Amino acid sequence: MKTVNQKAWFLVLPVLLLVAFSAVIPLMTVVNYSVQDTFGNNVFFWAGLDWFRDMLASDRMWNALVRQLAFSAIILAIEVPLGVFVALNMPKRGVWASFCLVLMSLPLLIPWNVVGTIWQIFGRVDIGLLGYTLDAIGIDYNYTQGFIAAWTTVIVMDVWHWTSLVALLAYAGLQSIPDAYYQAAKIDQASRWKVFRYIELPKMAGVLMIAILLRFMDSFMIYTEPFVVTGGGPGNATTFLSIDLVKMALGQFDLGPAAAFSLMYFLVILLVSWVFYTVMTNLDKRDGVQ
Amino acid sequence: MAKITLDNLAHSYVPQPQGEDDYALKELNHDWNDGEAYALLGASGCGKSTLLNIISGLLHPSHGRILFDGQDVTQAPTAERNIAQVFQFPVVYDTMTVRDNLAFPLRNRGRDESYVAERVQEIARMIGMEAELDRKARGLTADAKQKISLGRGMVRKDVNALLFDEPLTVIDPHMKWELRTQLKQLHHDFGHTMIYVTHDQTEALTFADKVVVMYDGRVVQIGTPQELFERPAHTFVGYFIGSPGMNLFDAEVDGRTGRIGGAEVDLGAVHETGRGRLQIGVRPEFVALRAGGAGVPARVRRVEDVGRHKIVRLDVGGTPASAILPEHETVPAGVDRVVFDPAGINVYENDWRVEPARRGREAA
Repeated sequence: MKTVNQKAWFLVLPVLLLVAFSAVIPLMTVVNYSVQDTFGNNVFFWAGLDWFRDMLASDRMWNALVRQLAFSAIILAIEVPLGVFVALNMPKRGVWASFCLVLMSLPLLIPWNVVGTIWQIFGRVDIGLLGYTLDAIGIDYNYTQGFIAAWTTVIVMDVWHWTSLVALLAYAGLQSIPDAYYQAAKIDQASRWKVFRYIELPKMAGVLMIAILLRFMDSFMIYTEPFVVTGGGPGNATTFLSIDLVKMALGQFDLGPAAAFSLMYFLVILLVSWVFYTVMTNLDKRDGVQ
Repeated sequence: MAKITLDNLAHSYVPQPQGEDDYALKELNHDWNDGEAYALLGASGCGKSTLLNIISGLLHPSHGRILFDGQDVTQAPTAERNIAQVFQFPVVYDTMTVRDNLAFPLRNRGRDESYVAERVQEIARMIGMEAELDRKARGLTADAKQKISLGRGMVRKDVNALLFDEPLTVIDPHMKWELRTQLKQLHHDFGHTMIYVTHDQTEALTFADKVVVMYDGRVVQIGTPQELFERPAHTFVGYFIGSPGMNLFDAEVDGRTGRIGGAEVDLGAVHETGRGRLQIGVRPEFVALRAGGAGVPARVRRVEDVGRHKIVRLDVGGTPASAILPEHETVPAGVDRVVFDPAGINVYENDWRVEPARRGREAA
């Protein structure tokens, strides 16, 4: 007979309190705003799901979402293959391996707004090395005015900032492959492509999934860097979800719509995380002993 | 299939080797005859795997040459040497099926599919994995994975040599016997040159026609299992082969008489020795227990019954030693002497065996 001791629930209490104050209660205030309206003076009245309906019907949120998805897709399509490529070409051991590791970590250590500022100045046509050079060789580059220039700058900046993360994760995956695998492949006369396809890629699959998840989430919530560089412009060209949300909530002080917006934003992220989680646990199950 | 010749071969992992100690593999000349099965036996870290990797071309030696049928392949890459090698830990391509794993070395060499299918079927039968052919290799047990590795090693018929680097370490004991038997069978059927690295003497002695014993980066003896047992060329061979290993006693040697402590021992033959450290080596099988009379004083410490026979642990003038007693015999009362059968005595100077001048009756 097992004795059931309900007192154990008390041990969960600190965690419940912590989560309540750090997550649940702030989230509930957002929920609160999303279903109410006000004409000022701190007087609120019930609005039901009107804000949600409004937001779903407005082009503004959908456009921001499309820009956001495009941005995330592009940076993933560049950073993942590039990161893997860099990891494959990094020295495996020795002084140069440590040197490369330090070098690769540097961009990751720079605060977001500093990254933004670096690129903001770097790309300026009057004083920035990149902007000035491009302008001098006759390329029409101005991220404050050109749509292409603004997007290119924001994407290159993200690639510069975050490819290292993918590379370091992929590198860790590669380092975990015992030498015997490469030796066996030599004995089996496998080509370089087959070594990558059948040894390196399968061994990296796990860490690459994590890299993709991290990069997707982070890029989906990106705010500081594009805000510092382009401020969401020209026009609304680089106004991603977070930037739009902040404009709405703090710029226009439309708390109701902004709250509805952020709840839907939150749900999208939750949904994507859930999909990733399911895929990864299924991968693990397939890997495990059956 | 080929005869493999090692010519003044040596290897050091240090870029600028200074003394002998820097060499993982000391200078070595040896022919691996075509079609023979060799076991490479030695303790961990004695250079066995280094030697194997040099033969397969995964490692390039710092000195000397390696020849296949007289042709220099020292600088040739692994692919050109056409060698199969199986490693200590299973290497399988996780995302492929068992069938594709086995077919991999053949497909990489562009063999046609009907031949590949036939060979894969044959090998699958040999390793007992016909039922699992269409399963993905991931998720199989370590045993099964190692069987696939073995299978991949054996799937090519035309290899110059088959190298095994302690391949049965992860396999459980009853399967070990079975696979070893199959390897012998394979050797018998196809006559590949096989080199089998192991630190397990039973494995070496049952597998190979000739056993190569390595110690500290050097080949100390090459011989049949019987030669290794009866005439170990180096004290390491005596100690490493046999269970328990050979007894070694510091001694003085004068012609055909040896002296251990104060006691005289008949060596059975005249040994001409120099000024080095002298030792007398006797396998426990050749040690008999006596109560009183002639012999070397000894004290019984304990008796271990291992089933087939009894091992008597002794103390001979402070040196631990052992003797083997048939299972049905008991240790006689009052044992205080041991005597050695002259046929089982070897004399060592600085760890190397001294070849007796004349042996047995002729000397008398």
